[in-house]
Formats: sequence, C-alpha cells, structure tokens
Amino acid sequence: MISFDPTVADHDHHSPTPHTGRAVRIGIGGPVGSGKTALVAALARSLAGRVRLAVVTNDIYTTEDADFLRRAGVLDPQRVEAVQTGCCPHTAIRDDITANLDAIELLEERFASADEGGLELVLVESGGDNLTAVFSRGLVDRQIFVVDVAGGDKVPRKGGPGVTTADLLVINKTDLAPLVGADLGVMTGDAATIRGELPVIAQSLVEDPGAGEVGAWVLEQVAAVRAAV
Amino acid sequence: MAGLASLVLADARFPGGGHVHSGGLEEAVSRGAVSDVESLGSFLRGRLRTAGRIAACFAAAAAHRARPAASHERTPRGEGFDEGSAREVPGEVGRGPAADAAAPADAAAPADAAAPADAAALSHERPPRGEGFDEGSARDVPGGGWGAMDAEFDARTPSAAQRAASRAQGRAALRAVRAAWPSPVLDALTSAHRHPHHPLLAGAVIGHAGEDPAAAARCVGYLAVSGPASAAVRLLGLDPFAVNAVLVALGPDLDELTAEAAALAAGPVADLPAPGAPVLDLMAESHVRHHRERVRLFAS
Repeated sequence: MISFDPTVADHDHHSPTPHTGRAVRIGIGGPVGSGKTALVAALARSLAGRVRLAVVTNDIYTTEDADFLRRAGVLDPQRVEAVQTGCCPHTAIRDDITANLDAIELLEERFASADEGGLELVLVESGGDNLTAVFSRGLVDRQIFVVDVAGGDKVPRKGGPGVTTADLLVINKTDLAPLVGADLGVMTGDAATIRGELPVIAQSLVEDPGAGEVGAWVLEQVAAVRAAV
Repeated sequence: MAGLASLVLADARFPGGGHVHSGGLEEAVSRGAVSDVESLGSFLRGRLRTAGRIAACFAAAAAHRARPAASHERTPRGEGFDEGSAREVPGEVGRGPAADAAAPADAAAPADAAAPADAAALSHERPPRGEGFDEGSARDVPGGGWGAMDAEFDARTPSAAQRAASRAQGRAALRAVRAAWPSPVLDALTSAHRHPHHPLLAGAVIGHAGEDPAAAARCVGYLAVSGPASAAVRLLGLDPFAVNAVLVALGPDLDELTAEAAALAAGPVADLPAPGAPVLDLMAESHVRHHRERVRLFAS
C-alpha cells in the first residue's frame, strides 16, 4: 500500500469493513440497452431456489419493468426495490451510494425474519450509463459490466473503468453478431487484451435463457465472499 | 462562526443522498409550473421563505442545543466526541426527556400515523415551551428535548410526503455523518426518532462541531434551494450559469432568514415560525402518487 502522507512512517491501519452476515452484493452495470435487466431476470430465474436473492434497480423503473419481472414469474415484487437517482445514475452507484445502501438495508430488514432465512445475495442493477461508470467498493463486493455486440464491436477496445476493471465482463446478445456486422472475435480478443486475467463471458440469452455461465460465476463469488468473512 | 461542518454538509459532493431529492421541483416541472430560469427563481424564493425558513429555524435551534459548551460548563469540549464518557456527563444534550424510553414512541406516533394537529397538541400538552432542553426543568417533561423538536417540525410539515422526504434525507445523511462526526448527540437525536428530520440532524452536527446557530441556519436554508436548483439543471437543461446566478440572487433573503433563525435559536421551539406553503404540500403529495403511475426520476 502506498502512503501519500510524507509524515506517516507507520503501516496502513486501514482494513476492509468486516462482514456481519449481510448479503453478498453484486453490481451489474453497463450502457443503456445492453441487457442488464434481462440478465437480472435470467439470474433471478436460474438462481431461484439455490440462493435467497433480491434486486435493487437504479434503472428508470416503470410499472412495465415491475410487470416484466412479475410476468416472467422470476421475482416476487417484494424482492425488488427501485432507487430514484435524480438523473445521476453514476453518482448513485459511485460518488454517493446512500440511496442504494438505504434500499439494500430495506430489503435486508424485510427478509431478516423470513422463515427461509435472510438474504444471501442482492443484485444491484445500475441505470444505463456510459463506459466510465463503475460501482463503489463501498456498495458492492463484485461487479459485472455488460456490453452487447449491437453497441459496436469497438466497445471493449475503448476501455473505460467498467470494461477494464469489472470483476466480470459480459458480452451480450452474441446471436445478433452476424446481423449487425459485429466481429465477436475482435470483441473477445480486445477484451482479453485490455483486461488481462479478468474473466469475460460472451453469451446470448436467446440461446441460453438461464445465463448459465454467468450464474455459475455469481454462485462462485457468493461462496468466495461469504468464505472471506 | 462558520466552520468546516456547515461547508461539508452544504457541498453537493457530500455523500448524504441529497442528489435524489428535488424538493418538489420535479412535480412543478412536470406540471409546467417551472419551465425556465425566471419561473425557477420564483419557485426557489417561495420555497426558501416557507419550507426553507422552517428548516433554517429548526437547524439553528438544534445547533444551539447541541453546542458542546454552550450551557453546561461541566462538559469538557473534547469529551463530547467520546461516546462512552459523554454518556456520563450530567446535562449532556439528550440526557433529558428525549432520551427517556417512553419519549421515542410518543414522538414517533404523530410523525407517521396521526394528523399533524396531534403532534402540535402533544408538544403543547407536554410543553418544551419556555425551556431549551439544556435546562434541568425540561428533564421532567415527557416528549421534551429532541422528541418535542421532532414533533414540532412534524406539526409544521402538513404533507406526509414531505415529512417522509425530510426523514429520508435525515436517514440518508446519518450514515455519512456518523462516519465523520461520531457523537453522543447523534444517539440522543436518533433515540427520539431513528430517522431524524434532516434540518435537526444537520443543525445538531453543525452545533456539536462548535459552529453557531447562524451557520446551521445558513447551511440548511441554502440546501433548501440549492437542491431544487440543481434538479432544474438536470431536468430542464437550463443554463447552469444562469441558475447559479438565480441562487446567488437569493442572498439577501437567506441573510434575513439566517438572522431570524439565529435570533430565535435559544427560545422555545414551540414558538418557531410556521409558514405554510399549500401548493408545495400538494405537489409533494402529487409527486408520490405519480410515482406509482408513471416514471419519476427523483425520490421527492
């Protein structure tokens, strides 16, 4: 750890905030229309019964969104909290995470005394934003950044903190690649170059409605974060 | 004297959740009542002289009561920051009625359920009248102290949506405040209600940090208009320089408000001004209703 304080010769006393049995929090960010809500719905469906989860959405939340999740039968409305971000979606997940923390607390309190046990996982979906959006480490334990082939195959090359630093990069809608003239090989190649060891998953929810690979990654992270407590 | 606490709390970058509230501006915009810099100026002046005035006066009163060495010389200034030892100090703010076990329930009831009139009745029935609650006599009055101040603020905020928005902002700011200014005053305040009204919280923090009531009034009065002004820039795409100039033009109004709030800070809480703003009240209610029907970008 580098200290920028020339008067400090001692080691850094900072230690991570201890876990107190709270739910693991995974942020899902990415540009508008890249498929964040669809990924949340897929995960909610495929992980139901395996992990007790709830969702905080920062997206402009309409009754259609709620209906979408309800109709898909994936999530009880009680398990979804919407955050109004005051037109600043990146502020709400990065610079001032208060509204999101309040929403997570509300969900945790709601299910604290549930018969089946408290929440194990909260997915925090960001509002659609640009490539510079990134979640605060004070808000989430892990973060997924979602881009899609229809947004252009140069997106991974452009980088930005979302693409370069997210714990998982998901390249969505691979089934559309031939239709929009996107070169999937270029996308995954650029992503691997720019991200080094960090994982990349290319997926199509049309071909795999349960988001199997991402779901497996999420379960691994839940186990890893809980084991680190 | 103004100090760091009032600057930090008034800073738009303070991570206290303020950016998700528009102070009724979003509803005013969606109804066409505010559409340009001129109508924004009128909205802000009205808000400052009503909701802002109440907030500033309560912040000043809270700051007066939270000042570490204001009226109890036995409290060494440094001790106020140490939770354990400060609890033992006689006369510490909040050791009075508000900290009594019964007080929180009394204070909370009118806040959430009963009509505001009940809240007023409660505090008049069990008067904090005439006493700042630093004085010994207030200790025997159930519902006095922070609980009474909370109820008085409720009574001046007839819209349930506005009361909820004020408590949501207090709750939100509490997280950042606890990290930056840990203090027994916060425990006393939250024992009266776990989600304190924002002006009470801000005033208590500013006062406890050693600033005077005028600094608290100026900070909270400014916040009453700076939030909606920023929301207007985001919702209407107004020229940020013009909006900033409108804010600064409210300077004389804010000065007047600050002077009044400072002059009343040490007096009975029940005597603080209670200007009404029926249109703002209705807009706050309407905002919440529209949340259920269509999209809103701000929490209030």
